[in-house]
Amino acid sequence: METFLLPRRSSRRSPSFTGCNMEKKTVLRKPKGFINVYKHKPGAEKDRTHYCPGCGHGILHKLIAEALEDFDLVEKTIIISPVGCSVFAYYYFHTGNLQVAHGRAPAVASAVSRANPDSVVISYQGDGDLAAIGGNNINQAANRGENMAVFFVNNAIYGMTGGQMAPTTLEGQKTTTTPYGRNVKTDGYPIQVCELINTFTAPVYIARTSLQDMVNIRKTRIAVRKAIMNAKDKKGFSLVEVLSMCPSGWKKDSLQSQQWIKERMVPRFPLGVLRDISEEAETIERPVPVMDPEEVKKIFGYGDFKASTIQKNTEANIKKISLRVSGFGGQGIMSTGIVLANVGMEYGYNVSWLPSYGPEMRGGTANCSVKIQEDTIGASEVTEPNMIIAMNQPSLEKFEKIMIPGGALMYNSTLIDIEPTRNDVDIYNVPITGMADELGDTRVQSMVSVGAFAAITGLFDPKEIVTLIPSLFAGKPDKVLKMNEEAVLKGYNYVTENFSV
Amino acid sequence: MPRMLMKGNYAAVYGAILAGCEAYYGYPITPASEIAESASALFPKFGRTFLQAESEVAAINMVYGASGCGQRVMTGSSGPGISLKQEGISYCAGSALPCVIVDIMRGGPGLGNIGPEQSDYNQVVKGGGHGNYRNIVLAPNSAQEMCDLTMLAFELADKYRNPVFVLTDGVIGQMMEAVDLPEPVTRFPDKSDWAVKGTAESRHLINSIYLDHDDLERWNRELEKKYETIQKNEVLVEEYMMDDAEIVTIGYGSSSRVLRSAVDTARENGIKLGLFRPITLFPFPVDEIAQLPDKGIKGILTVEMSTGQLVDDVNLALKGKMISDLYSRLGGNVPSATEILAKISELYGV
Repeated sequence: METFLLPRRSSRRSPSFTGCNMEKKTVLRKPKGFINVYKHKPGAEKDRTHYCPGCGHGILHKLIAEALEDFDLVEKTIIISPVGCSVFAYYYFHTGNLQVAHGRAPAVASAVSRANPDSVVISYQGDGDLAAIGGNNINQAANRGENMAVFFVNNAIYGMTGGQMAPTTLEGQKTTTTPYGRNVKTDGYPIQVCELINTFTAPVYIARTSLQDMVNIRKTRIAVRKAIMNAKDKKGFSLVEVLSMCPSGWKKDSLQSQQWIKERMVPRFPLGVLRDISEEAETIERPVPVMDPEEVKKIFGYGDFKASTIQKNTEANIKKISLRVSGFGGQGIMSTGIVLANVGMEYGYNVSWLPSYGPEMRGGTANCSVKIQEDTIGASEVTEPNMIIAMNQPSLEKFEKIMIPGGALMYNSTLIDIEPTRNDVDIYNVPITGMADELGDTRVQSMVSVGAFAAITGLFDPKEIVTLIPSLFAGKPDKVLKMNEEAVLKGYNYVTENFSV
Repeated sequence: MPRMLMKGNYAAVYGAILAGCEAYYGYPITPASEIAESASALFPKFGRTFLQAESEVAAINMVYGASGCGQRVMTGSSGPGISLKQEGISYCAGSALPCVIVDIMRGGPGLGNIGPEQSDYNQVVKGGGHGNYRNIVLAPNSAQEMCDLTMLAFELADKYRNPVFVLTDGVIGQMMEAVDLPEPVTRFPDKSDWAVKGTAESRHLINSIYLDHDDLERWNRELEKKYETIQKNEVLVEEYMMDDAEIVTIGYGSSSRVLRSAVDTARENGIKLGLFRPITLFPFPVDEIAQLPDKGIKGILTVEMSTGQLVDDVNLALKGKMISDLYSRLGGNVPSATEILAKISELYGV
């Protein structure tokens, strides 16, 4: 059994009458910004809103819908409905509509605006949605100067959930969660959103208006139109805060509610335009995405890639590399590993490189695992290396322990005074840092290591590494390329001259 | 075909661009940050959108917005960030919005650490946010698959209008391997019957509200049916040395890479070990695992970097015919082939 608080009106699909004293026929009808029959609204009453009598939402909806029709923007407008009483804004507007999560309308609207740069994007939000749960989202969208019109209904209460405290609830105001009145000592002060947004550089238009009477509704109308035109003209971010009646939440009748805005809200939330730089604001231009596959390949440089023709050395001393490179952060540990993996890839081997990642990379110790082999690589972390390159003493002590017998241990004899303890591995003491310094730049020590690695393993020809240097160090000046070439050869020659490999 | 040495995290971004992803919205987090970094470097070269969002929550809601406008869109994060995104993912599922989310798992709970773990399994594979929904979950275990499966993720997302996860761990995200870049996608689906484009014809509604109880039940049943179709059609697995295997190991992501090494070592020692690797975690290879006991195997060992999240699904699939054993490492530790083989020896006497 349904009961109705109000007498049912007769069904009028297109209410109209003819003005009696005018020559021109005036048709009273819904603005075209509204859907004529609210098809998304459940239930039988598809010709009226779900808002309570005396609520301000309907007035603001109408001002928006009229503006969209007058500016011929209905078709290109997208409205983001929030969570709150206006969660069902999409019932009414004959625009594109997205209903979104609580507080997130500005984030969604940011993406919608970027996806459709020629559309008019409206983020419609209440006070809980915008200033409480979505506080960060509105600030950040404003700060980015997103091209959108934000209509912020401030009625100092949570309407939808039944009258709880909002971030804009006034000092002393009773709500269902401030039954003794809002106590600023425990609940804080009402947030002045326009003043807050006015601290950001990007927004072009910030205004606070009210729906308390006809004069203020007309001022609201002007502000609404300004914000919508700014979005149309791609001027950026506009915010209109609208003080609005909530008779149900406030437990007042319509007239008392209008009076309450005037007497209580306006002193706390002063009306007026806080900023308008829309005239001088530059138009926001968004790029057109490149989607053509041929164009995509061109940008990635597919045509420039050449398959490697380097021949593998079937006579290599070590054919399957499980290497651990380690040392201080800044010793080129990671790049040694990456260069070796890259060269391995050019030789047609399967390769993997795994860093010790995170804070370790920024100072302290660094190490990486490198695998180079014919077969498919399983684990990429090298837990039982057959080769290590230790650039400092802690690395030598840590990683020589986990080497498999018969492996190759290379250590940086410039910085390491101690001898390795292992006697079941081949030991190569190479003054890596010293040779790099001789070349004039400690940073080339990675390439000294790479050259020495080539000599120890026999896996790579130093001449091939040298030919790869320009692509490995793309964009670096010739001097740097030259020095890295010399480093590879120096490392290589040191090993061949001092050890039997 | 171009071959490049790159991190798994980069490969996902290359895959996204090749799949026609028009927008990336993300927030930095280790070990996933290279996804946002490389997207910020690459997307603008293609006139596409990169935006560093103010939060994980904002990022997923931007994804919701872009997807609602018909764009192929992606975000990426790691455990703590995925937890924050869950609400938005639920909205995407509830509004039938396709999107791709890359999760490079790290150690938890709480802040945990940045080492690799697989402990987001439940929160990603089982839905994670509120309501009855599932994510399609692809689990790459190499840089190449980070690229290929990200591309597949966009296809599946559009095919089913559903969020798709690319779920892997810090090892796969951080590791560099050779990647052969595939051809870019040439055909994109028509979304004109639902995407909002700011035109007269596209004045659609993107929405997850169904006030009427019967309407919402009907919608949930539709989703349920969709997930059944996905379960039937989209299962992907990789089997390695399974034909004559007497002991089967099960794992995904970086643990499956270690398991491959373990299988190779075991085979060298005459132990008939095989690897069964789910590539899709939802849909889970239920039928394929249910058949394992019929092959006369001695034991099943699930290896994961979480405390028995994957093994629960394995055992559900086995329906009590066998029970899988579990070997797990946590906190950023990756199991080694040696310790797995020791566990196998201890459990099955080989």
